[in-house]
Amino acid sequence: MSQSYNRGLIEDFSRWREFEAGMWAWIFHKFTGWVLIGYLFTHIAVLSTAIPASGAETAVLQAGNDVYTQTIVSLEGLLLVRVLEVGLLSVAVFHMLNGTRLLLVDLGVGLESQDKSFYASLILTGAITVASVPTFIAGAF
Amino acid sequence: MAQRYSSFDKGGRMWLLQRVTAAFLLVVLAFHFFLLHFVHHADEVSFLMSAGRMETVSYYSLMVLFLLTATFHGVNGVYNALVNQGLTGTKRTVIKWTLVAASVVLIVQGIRTANAWAGIPLY
Repeated sequence: MSQSYNRGLIEDFSRWREFEAGMWAWIFHKFTGWVLIGYLFTHIAVLSTAIPASGAETAVLQAGNDVYTQTIVSLEGLLLVRVLEVGLLSVAVFHMLNGTRLLLVDLGVGLESQDKSFYASLILTGAITVASVPTFIAGAF
Repeated sequence: MAQRYSSFDKGGRMWLLQRVTAAFLLVVLAFHFFLLHFVHHADEVSFLMSAGRMETVSYYSLMVLFLLTATFHGVNGVYNALVNQGLTGTKRTVIKWTLVAASVVLIVQGIRTANAWAGIPLY
């Protein structure tokens, strides 16, 4: 039978001073998870404009004047949206890399070096995000 | 229904599903980002291009599976996080079924959208 322990809440004042790598990995994984599920609902809501757009005339679709194309193009035209997309990428990349780390630990690989693999996740996330900035910002200006 | 022995309890099955969907999402999310930001670019999106991809059965199936696994993984993750923070009793039951309802809405709306692109008259 599983047993739970009262470790207190992470929100308790100044607890963060005691945190080690594994705790920060846990917090970042939760935070990025919340952002990603929030984004998934927003993403489907925005993409849903394809439903009314599918009733448009072929000529309107070819000209890109339908509600879906117009919604996406106008959103992508905003610099703020492009910056948020870079943020989304970094959040997704961290969640994926740290998730890989968690899957490996579950499989019995790398528990002893879990702090090092957390730092590696952070560094790789930073590198992939920076390398992706030109692609994500292209055409915004 | 006849009882049968299984070493999995309910919690164990959800635990495994969370990890199986994680492994699937690692690959498909990377593909999704790569295809829609690096092969195609975000500011070149059009209804006809999206429809062209979704009319392919393999792409449509992959995206529906992507939607199902991402919804399960995300919503189950939220539920786990809340339980971990001490959610119990009636509140836990109410939140659980609210999350299930939200998942159903998300999946139905996602499939309606995919059908609109694919030209499947079910939306």
